[in-house]
Amino acid sequence: MNRQRLGLLWFLGTLAASLLAMLVPLPELLEPFKPYWPALVLLYWALESGDRVSLGLAFAMGLASDLLSGVLLGEQAIRLCALVFIALRFRSRLRFFTMWQQTLAVLALLVNDRILLTIVRLFAGDPLPPPSWWISPFVGAALWPFLFLLLDDLRMRLRIQ
Amino acid sequence: MALTREDSPLFAGTAAGTLRLLFYLALALVLMVLDHRNGWIWRVRYAAAVVVEPVYRLAGLPAAGVRALSVAFADRKLLTEQNQRLREDLLLANAKLNRMAAVAEQNQRLKELLDTQRSLDLNVQLARVVGVDLGADRHRILLSLGTHNGVKVGQPVIDAHGVMGQVVETLPATSVVMLVTDPSHAVPVTIERTGLRTIAYGARDGDRLTLPTIPLAADVEVGDRLLTSGLGGRFPPGFPVGVVSAVGPAASGMFMEAQAQPSADIHRSDDVLLLHDLAEPAGPPAPVAPMGPPTDLAPRPGEPAPAASAPPPAAGGAR
Repeated sequence: MNRQRLGLLWFLGTLAASLLAMLVPLPELLEPFKPYWPALVLLYWALESGDRVSLGLAFAMGLASDLLSGVLLGEQAIRLCALVFIALRFRSRLRFFTMWQQTLAVLALLVNDRILLTIVRLFAGDPLPPPSWWISPFVGAALWPFLFLLLDDLRMRLRIQ
Repeated sequence: MALTREDSPLFAGTAAGTLRLLFYLALALVLMVLDHRNGWIWRVRYAAAVVVEPVYRLAGLPAAGVRALSVAFADRKLLTEQNQRLREDLLLANAKLNRMAAVAEQNQRLKELLDTQRSLDLNVQLARVVGVDLGADRHRILLSLGTHNGVKVGQPVIDAHGVMGQVVETLPATSVVMLVTDPSHAVPVTIERTGLRTIAYGARDGDRLTLPTIPLAADVEVGDRLLTSGLGGRFPPGFPVGVVSAVGPAASGMFMEAQAQPSADIHRSDDVLLLHDLAEPAGPPAPVAPMGPPTDLAPRPGEPAPAASAPPPAAGGAR
């Protein structure tokens, strides 16, 4: 029981930390390289404990990050929903991928996410973003193995399901 | 056994999962449209400020920490140099101010003669920038003052060098500022050298300003300074906005187009000033109050006023 509660706390804690990491500013030069942290962490949990992550959770988390970053309400909700849906649908296969294959899959997911965001922004009347806009998914994918191993290692140490 | 679970099929998805996705996507779309159309969701944000603002403070901590560390570990030489430079700046500014004081006073007197209301005094409030990333390419910054400090939507924000932007959203203890470099922001400006009036928009690429509608015959050069013109009633006149960095024919061929660098230190400002006195409202002046003697001097109906009866003989005597 206690172990389960710890697991839940750890799960929610990582999600909250990813939201905070999204808000923490980077130096001006590094700004375009910032990965989309909530997506990465949510993806990790979708792959590792798929019964905890559902579309409803992705939607709620998207709404929370919309509220925090002050963008159009529902923008990140739609992105995270699409991401989690694809991840959950191909979960069994993604889990058996080797690390580099998984990284490529994550890259595809993140690029897809950026495309979705661009479409939403264009519909909202924003101009087409600059080329540096497309760097972030690659950084996210490059960080994926490290994030995955780190979170997995911490999960093993805490003995959380 | 785990592979037969319903939510994690090996090859094919279930219709229920797709339906759920469609439901959530539709919900998100409806929310987005509602928010985009009438923006009532800022009320939700305002209500959620109790949760949102502490998160902003928390997320701003690393930036504040880095700033504090950079001060703590800055070497003595750097600080001394900085101090020296600031001292020189202050001396120069003070000298200029002293010279300006007389001119300002004269200006004030002349303005009074001309019966205009504009004054050179600034009514400002110092605000601190909270280091929070509101999304890539958003051109927004967060200030540490909100409605509790009297901040209102539409207030201009300046720093030591020029106009930074305007407040677009207020929460109880924070407010969001749209920078002049945002593509959906426009400032009415005049070119200082020639007095040409035009509009500076945020550029679509990078942190610059663009002036897309300059007449072909107009005289604009690289290095021209842009000042707020005060038209439109949002920004008071006379604040530096930017410096023209490039001029060329626009793609349409009907206008010249200029690029400008914003004067304000858009990325590095730690403290900014919120202007409280807004520009003169646009449009015709308010109707003048009816002139004439005060109403209490008028004769009351039914009772002969002694003051009213006295003047006629005097007037008659003068005739």
